[in-house]
Order: sequence, then structure tokens, then C-alpha cells
Amino acid sequence: MEKLKKVLISYAVPIFFSILCVSAVLVAKIPPLFLASEIVRRLSRNTFLVLSLIIPIVAGLGLNFGIVLGAMAAQAALFFVVDWKIKGIPGVLVACLMASAISVVLGWLAGLVLNKAKGREMITSMILGFFANGIYQLIFLFFVGSIIPYRTRQFLLPEGVGLRNMVDLYGTVASALNNAWVVRIGTIRVFILPLLIVGVLCLFITFLFKTKLGQDIRAVGQDMHIAEVAGIDVNKVRVIAIVISTVLAAIGQVIYLQDIGTVNTYNSHEQIGLFSIAALLVGGATTRKATIWNAIIGVLLFHTLFVVAPSAGNRLFGQPQVGEFFREFLAYAVIAFALAMHGWRTKRILM
Amino acid sequence: MDKLLEWLKRVDFPTLVISLFLVALFFVAIFVEVPIPSLLSDSIRRIGMNGVLVLAMVPTIRVGVGPNFGLPVGIIGGLLGALISMQLGLSGFLGFWVAVFLSAAICVGIGLGYGWLLEKVRGQEMMVGTYMGYSIVAFMSIMWLMLPFTNPDMVWAIGGKGLRYTLTLDKYFGHVLNNFLKFKVGGVEVPTGLILFFAGACLLVYLFFRTKVGLAIDLVGQNEKYAISSGVNPKRARLVAVVLSTVIAGVGIIVYAQSYGFLQLYQAPLFMTFPAVASILIGGASIRRANIRNVVIGTVIFQTLLTISLPVLSQVTRGDVTEVMRLIVSNGMILYALTRAPREAG
Repeated sequence: MEKLKKVLISYAVPIFFSILCVSAVLVAKIPPLFLASEIVRRLSRNTFLVLSLIIPIVAGLGLNFGIVLGAMAAQAALFFVVDWKIKGIPGVLVACLMASAISVVLGWLAGLVLNKAKGREMITSMILGFFANGIYQLIFLFFVGSIIPYRTRQFLLPEGVGLRNMVDLYGTVASALNNAWVVRIGTIRVFILPLLIVGVLCLFITFLFKTKLGQDIRAVGQDMHIAEVAGIDVNKVRVIAIVISTVLAAIGQVIYLQDIGTVNTYNSHEQIGLFSIAALLVGGATTRKATIWNAIIGVLLFHTLFVVAPSAGNRLFGQPQVGEFFREFLAYAVIAFALAMHGWRTKRILM
Repeated sequence: MDKLLEWLKRVDFPTLVISLFLVALFFVAIFVEVPIPSLLSDSIRRIGMNGVLVLAMVPTIRVGVGPNFGLPVGIIGGLLGALISMQLGLSGFLGFWVAVFLSAAICVGIGLGYGWLLEKVRGQEMMVGTYMGYSIVAFMSIMWLMLPFTNPDMVWAIGGKGLRYTLTLDKYFGHVLNNFLKFKVGGVEVPTGLILFFAGACLLVYLFFRTKVGLAIDLVGQNEKYAISSGVNPKRARLVAVVLSTVIAGVGIIVYAQSYGFLQLYQAPLFMTFPAVASILIGGASIRRANIRNVVIGTVIFQTLLTISLPVLSQVTRGDVTEVMRLIVSNGMILYALTRAPREAG
């Protein structure tokens, strides 16, 4: 009985969300086949991004709101891949390589900043994301087309400087990974390649934690001081964790955007941080503990809710807007809740 | 000369850089022949408009909770007060003061809850505050659609249900402070009432920190153990500080709205927090130390910068570079403050 209670408490968030999801699905009366195909698609689209959050959590840095840096790097790379008209899978590969290269630099810088703000990593990484967003806008609103050469006129603003709000990936890299291998189950289309890549990443993360580096990351995450005494270069390990996370986020964003097909130049990266983090937390992760399963279950639950919330809101209140705000509220509230739990626990440990 | 050097040493590096940038902008403004008086009028108006919101940062920083990233929590209270005043159909100063007192009352209630939560999550207040702000704004977005407001000026024309995104305050308490004793000097318009209100609010907070409760708050922020040994209850001090900050935020948004002429609902409260935090930091505050001078200096520098950079920079570059600059300056400032704090605490 005691054990059951413990399980219930530690899985409170996923259980609560499962109930919410099931009731929302029942209320919304969405055709189950449509729902299934949406979810399969979202699983292949979003899981990689959510997985990129795991390593910093294990390293004790908490939720890495800085994954938006990786997302920005990915978008930057995609803009140029589109401009150079590299099509299909080669385009995706070039984008991934470029985005990774930028992300290594960005992640390294982010790691240095976060090392200066120990104990406040989460808020710092969040502000860092906003700050980087400013730089990103400066580059793509004012420098592209003026200082940085960009040939594709149709993506530039009428004056020839700055990118438009939407950059179209159709005809270049859109669905390049998705269409490489499609399996149809009834009306549901399953994109095998992105799912395979997610599988490879899961293996990589599992493998990483078996290596020396992985053990060091764990040690740093458990207690920085003890790790320091044990001869681990704490600052270096933390920077590495952030670099890996940022690079993974960049690749994840490429996968995400090739599925979506268009880049919302000034918005796509913003939402990614929020939704990925919320999904991971919904899956039962905390700011100190996260596993691959948290990520997968989280994407499943969070995105089910995401799909059905507007029509559930419409059925219940007669206003689809209510559902949309509700889904946004849930994303924020689940993060607030997880953070509050985190604060609660750290306080108890300190006492 | 020595005095000048001494003073320069005390000024924060970013404050100095931003001030120099501001001075440079003024020179450019003279060269490109942007009308200086209208720039100054705008700056003064915006200082008074945003000042009270920045003031809300003081109590939480001084008690050791850090900048109040949960500013939207208080703003929501303020909006509720303003909405009720509008629903009652009150106009002019009556409407304004009813809105202020109602929102203060509501904010005390919300602030108590918010303070209780922050006490539970000691050490993570900034992060929890930020996401409490986001959550409450999203939650209230639903409420704005459902709450039973019926004033036809406030609800959607079609359907008659749900509040509009922006409500015009002209018929209610729009510009009441701005127009109070307004006068013009050499083309510069001075909204006396607005400035007086801001000054009055600053004075009240200043005086509050001279009282016993205020001193207790300071003590807790400086050294909690010492505070306990001198008989101060730190939990209570923090609660008072958070409630005070929430109340000031509520009043602040009403002042902002009356000066702007519109009440902005839904997502709008989210965009108030970071500029307010950045303002006080630009004024020389840190995440552990702040006073009224930081509020005034920070608001003056930041708002003047934003006001004059728009017309000046648009002469030099194409498009609106100020929005981007605002992002970079304000978040850069917060980032700087977050990364340098440990040295200061030690």
C-alpha cells in the first residue's frame, strides 16, 4: 500500500495528464484514426527535440531553456541551405552539419555563461535565449541581404534586406526525411526515417551514460563539490553537457522543420523551448531527473492534448479560443508546477 | 576631478555604456534634425508611464527574493480593478481612484497567495515567478472570455461575450493623470499629474523603508540569520515585500494604461516584466540590492533610450531597429546581473 502511494505520488503528473487526455479525447469526439495519425506524426517530429533536454538535467543544470539557441542555429542553417538550393536529403545533411557547427560555438558560450550563474542556471538560460533572440533578429532582419549575401529574393522583404516572416521549405528540404521511407497502416502514414533517428539518439544517450564522460556528468549532477573533490573538472563537464544539448536541439529543429515545411522566421524557435520542456515534464521528468521514457511518454500525452484541446474547448464552452488558451495555460502551468516542486525539494534538502 | 573619478568608479559599467550611447544618440538627433522637444515630451511621458512598474521591483529585491519576475501576477490584479471600475461606468479621476483602490485590494489577496508560494520555493523564486506570471496570464486569458462583464464598450461587438483585446479608456479614466495640470515649456509638454504620481509613489516606498516593517525587510535581505537574532520574522518580511510589490505592480499597470489610453488584456501583461527588470538593473541595481535612485535613473535612461532611438535610428537604418535593440539591451542587462551576483554576495 505504501509502495502504491509512492508510485502514485512520483507519477502524479503523467497520471493526471493521462486522465485529462482521455477525457479531452472523449469530449472532443475526434475521429480516432485522425488522432492516431496526428500523434504518430508528432512523435516522429518532436521527440528528438525533447530528448535534447535530458543531458543537462542529469548534469544538474536543470531545464535547459537554452535549446532555443540550437533551434536558431538550425533555422539559420536552413535559410542558407534553401538559398543555395540544396535539395532533399543532402540538404538536410548540410543543414544539420552547419547547424551543429554553429551550435557547438553557441553551446560553448552558453556553458561559460551558465558556469558564472551556478544555482540560477534555469532563469539564466531562459534570459540567454531571449538575448540570443535579439541577436538573431538583428542578423536576419537587418544584416541578411545587406551585409550577408542572400540571393533568393522571394524570401526577402520588399526592400531586399531582412527575411520575411515565412520561409518556405517546399521544393527543397520539406519532408525530405519523412518521404524517404513511408509505411502505410490503413490511413495512417508512418515516417520511418525520423523515428529511426530518434531511436538512434535514444541508444546514443543510453550509451553515453555508460561511458566515463556520462559517469562524470552524473557525478556533477549529483553533487558538484564531491565531483570536484573526486578530480572531475566540473566546469568543463557542464559546458560539454550544454554543448551536446544545443547540438542535439539544432538537429532536432531541422527534423522538426522539414516536417512542418515552413519556417516561421521569428517565431518557430520561441515555441520550441516551451513546448519541448512542457512535454518532458508532462512525461514525469523533474528538474533533477529525466529519462528517455519521460520524453517519449511526454510527447505522446502533451501532443494528444495539443491536438484535441481546441475542439474540446469548442464543445465545452462553445469557443475554440478557450481551448487554445487552455492548452497554453497547461504548458505554462506544468512548467510552473515542476519548478515549484523543484524549489520545494531543494529547500527541504537544504533545511 | 577626483570626485568625478570616484563617482565613475561607483557607476556600473553597463549603466555607463548605455548612458554614453544615449548621449551619442542625442548628438545624432541634433544632426539629423529630429525635433528634440517632441522627443523630450515623449520621453517624460514614458518615464512616468513605466516608472511605477519599475518601482515594483524594489521590495522583492531588497528582501532577497530577487527581481519580481512574477510582475504579471500583480498586473492581472490591476487589470481586474480597472475593468471593474469601467464596468461601473465611472469616469475621470473617480474612475481612476476607484480602479487604483480596487486593484490594490485585489492585489493584496493575490499577493498573499503568490508570496506563500514563493516562500515554499525559496531559492527558485525568479524561475517560479516567471512561470507563475506566464500561467496566470494564460489562465486569465480564458477568464477574460468567460467573466460576466457586460459593458458594450468592453465586450466584443459580435456575440456580446468576452472582453476585447484592447479597451479604449477615453470615456473612462484615459489620460486623467497626464492631463492634470499639464503645461508646455518651449515645446516640451510636461504631464504634471503623471510625474507627481510617480514621485509620490517613490516617496511612499521610500518612507515605507524607513518604518519598522521596511527596515525589517532590509535586514532580512542583507542577512537573514542576523535578522532572526534581532527578532524579525523573515517569512513575514518576505510575504510583506511580495504583497507590496504585487500591489505596486497593480497600481503601475493602471498608471500605464491611463497614460497609454488603452487597457491591454490577454497576452499583453507578459511584455511588461523584462523591460521593468532591465530598467532597475540599468539604474545600477543588482539582483540583491536596489533603491529608489536606481528606479528613477534606470527608468529615465531606458525609456529615453527607447524613445529617441526610434526616430534617430530610423534615419540611419531602415525599419524598426528599436524593437530588436530593446530585446538585446534589456535581456543583456538581466543576463549581466544574473552572472555577476555571486561575487557580490560573497
